Amino acid sequence: MAFLRTYLSDIYHGARSLLKGMKLTGYYFTHRKEIITQQYPDNKAEMKLPERFRGEVVMLHDENNEHACTGCTACELACPNGTIKIITKIETSPDGKKKKALDTFIYHLELCTMCNLCIQACPTDAIKMAQNFEHSVYDRSQLTKNLNKPGSKIREGVE
Amino acid sequence: MLSIENITHSIDVWLYGTFNPTAALLLESLIVGLCAITLFAVLGLVLVLMERKVSAYMQIRLGPNRVGPGGALQTVADTLKLAMKEGLTPDGADKFLFNLAPFMVIVVAMLILVPVAFAKGTQIWDINIGVLYISAVSSLSVIGILMAGWASNNKYSLLGAMRSGAQIVSYELSAGLSIISIVTLTGSLRISDIIDSQQDGWWLFKGHIPAMISFVIFIIAVTAETNRAPFDLAEAESELTAGFHTEYSGMKFALFFLAEYVNIFIVCAIAATLFLGGWMPLHIGHWTAFNHAMDYIPSSLWFIGKTFFLIFVIMWFRWTFPRLRIDQLLSLEWKYLLPLSLFNLLLMTLISIKGWHF
Amino acid sequence: MIEEIGTTEQGELVVNLGPQHPSTHGVLHLVVTLSGETIKKVEPHLGYIHRSIEKMCESLSYRQFIYVTSRMDYLSSHINNHGCALCVEKGMQIEVPPRAKVIRVLMDELTRLASHQLWWGAMAMDVGALTPFFYAFREREAINDIMEETCGARLTMNYMAPGGVAFDLHPDFQRKVKDFLAFFRTKIDEYDELVTDNIIFQRRMEGIGYLSSEDAISYGCTGPTARGSGVSCDIRKSVPYEVYSQVQFEEVLETGGDCFARYNVRMGEMRQSISIIEQLIDNIPGGEFLAKTKAVLKLPKGEFYSKVETARGEFGVYIISEGGTTPYRIKFRSPGFSNLSALDHMARGHKIGDLVAIMGTLDLVIPDIDR
Repeated sequence: MAFLRTYLSDIYHGARSLLKGMKLTGYYFTHRKEIITQQYPDNKAEMKLPERFRGEVVMLHDENNEHACTGCTACELACPNGTIKIITKIETSPDGKKKKALDTFIYHLELCTMCNLCIQACPTDAIKMAQNFEHSVYDRSQLTKNLNKPGSKIREGVE
Repeated sequence: MLSIENITHSIDVWLYGTFNPTAALLLESLIVGLCAITLFAVLGLVLVLMERKVSAYMQIRLGPNRVGPGGALQTVADTLKLAMKEGLTPDGADKFLFNLAPFMVIVVAMLILVPVAFAKGTQIWDINIGVLYISAVSSLSVIGILMAGWASNNKYSLLGAMRSGAQIVSYELSAGLSIISIVTLTGSLRISDIIDSQQDGWWLFKGHIPAMISFVIFIIAVTAETNRAPFDLAEAESELTAGFHTEYSGMKFALFFLAEYVNIFIVCAIAATLFLGGWMPLHIGHWTAFNHAMDYIPSSLWFIGKTFFLIFVIMWFRWTFPRLRIDQLLSLEWKYLLPLSLFNLLLMTLISIKGWHF
Repeated sequence: MIEEIGTTEQGELVVNLGPQHPSTHGVLHLVVTLSGETIKKVEPHLGYIHRSIEKMCESLSYRQFIYVTSRMDYLSSHINNHGCALCVEKGMQIEVPPRAKVIRVLMDELTRLASHQLWWGAMAMDVGALTPFFYAFREREAINDIMEETCGARLTMNYMAPGGVAFDLHPDFQRKVKDFLAFFRTKIDEYDELVTDNIIFQRRMEGIGYLSSEDAISYGCTGPTARGSGVSCDIRKSVPYEVYSQVQFEEVLETGGDCFARYNVRMGEMRQSISIIEQLIDNIPGGEFLAKTKAVLKLPKGEFYSKVETARGEFGVYIISEGGTTPYRIKFRSPGFSNLSALDHMARGHKIGDLVAIMGTLDLVIPDIDR
């Protein structure tokens, strides 16, 4: 008799545990407000990424097309992957002083791991992380970017 | 009133009036065959979409919603994609059996369709051993699965097919015993007789607790027979990648997929016929007014409604439960369901001899 | 025909599970010898995702090498970074500000929660229930959003730096974490309802993959895998780092040694993590979040070792320094590798379905094993 009792209670408890799970999925089935799907390409307008999100490295330019990069190569040294390559030139200022300045800031997006070390290393806050994350292109050479805009020069007073 | 019965009857009369009897019979068979194939295609599309939507809502997702209004054409697009794909036959496979297997499975699914009553007077063949025919033919689908698993020349397929063999053969027993327990009440194997006997109430309610027990056992057994989760060991995605149809691609894969869903439809239709009165509207004893009101809903809607409710329940199982292990699957059948259904059959026989049912 | 489909001479079937297989969570390759459905032998083959991270670290400076470790056990990347930062701080004798210590522990515990949530979903998926995976991801997404706001990334954060953390907490951090904990407390009960109490799941777990405490020690298992066998090995308790000695929490121990014991350990750990976060979230001290360090870090000549408790077990960092700016040799002791070594022992005599369940309870992350 004891055998029969355990046999039947087995069936009862088993069935009960199964119904409990079905109750939960049934709840979600009937409650559409619980749906968490984001319809990605459609919700681009209201999609807001946090300010700190690391998508790609950009160089800040003001309205006069001036940036703050001195070409000190601190970011190049800080980068673990060789993502950044800085080419400098010697500029002569109007009063005749020779000074090292940035010529080209080459950024290999395809090598970048978004570790943020270059941003932390920059002494003049010339570069920062942007929130753009849609980087796919058809040709990988397009991923090698030149961060300083053409014709830009260093802002006055940045050493 | 326009009903399917009238339409089929007028077509029948017209055919026999226009052609000689042989030609009329041939033409009728042709029409029925076309209807069956159309039904298959539509069922496949609808059920796959339903499964994807049900699973999505249970999993707090939206499901397909890009192709067509609300994603309604998603399965059509999927079918087109599958039709375009190359049907690969793996190296070292038994080519004949490999290509035969999906057709075997689909033909078996078509054969079971024969005695199913879709609406009042709409039945392909009201064979006098209807229920026996169903249980006999449905066990043939295992041959197709074993064939596919063996011929694929793939270890996963072989394991899946062997599992499926053990599973279907075992669960046939419980399904058969549940069917018999209803047959003891009706005293007939003919589908139309079974439905007629539920004129004053469905067997699920008329047959007391034994009928409910055999209904539950039948649902469990057919879930296992159609290889649905939690009994989907033949496919067992996380263990055997895709089980017996691992090597299939393109339209041959689509046939397996279609057969799975059509099989679900058919077993649910049979469950609805045996326990929920088939196309018979909900009648309660001698409440004539109520019964009359219920008759206003067309019989085909009753049938579709009941069947799709059962399909939903089976989908609900799938998206809630973990999979059983092969030995647990067999011990569930042989240690729990089989003794229970044997005992239940005894009770049911007692009830029907004593006439205790309503 | 039998020979064609590949069997051994004893009539045993040799099946390759992986490297492309739905249940191996990556590119693990298991050569399984079967007799029917029963497992005779399991042989893991590694190397499919080997990136020689240890060698790579030898050419990176002490600031740079930390970010690489996020790519090992990507589900507990914070904790990996933490272990490396601790080792560098030990060598340089940097005093970490108290605020940074608390932030680090908070982040570690959030990471542990996220990792265990993903494990729970994947575990249920391994035994055939697909729905829990989505529920788990809903909660994990909430944690990821919090992480994204403070650390700027969702998976490979690189938030720990030698001397503290890279940024201060986001102003919304405390509020959001509290909201999340209130939300998650209700959801973890749903986890129990849906999976833990389920009879099928329990039958799939109980008595499967038994690992005795002696075996757990001799295979070098750590983390929930060993604690499921009753081996007390929580680094947070035995060698407390940061502020773990000041918070109240229990080391979850189960004595069963089977899959269900390991499962319960992780479920218990989720609750303990919630309690740790709740104790700390209102008590974050003010002050600096990053200690002042030299621009170029140089570890003195010598050998340094530090260990932390990741979501999978003990993660050790061993640095040999010659006094330069880069390490001479780095060795990572990853928990997954040792835990995987016990798989053969656990799986023998069980069915294929059980092998998948056992792998699920080991919570394997393949890049952590291969490095």
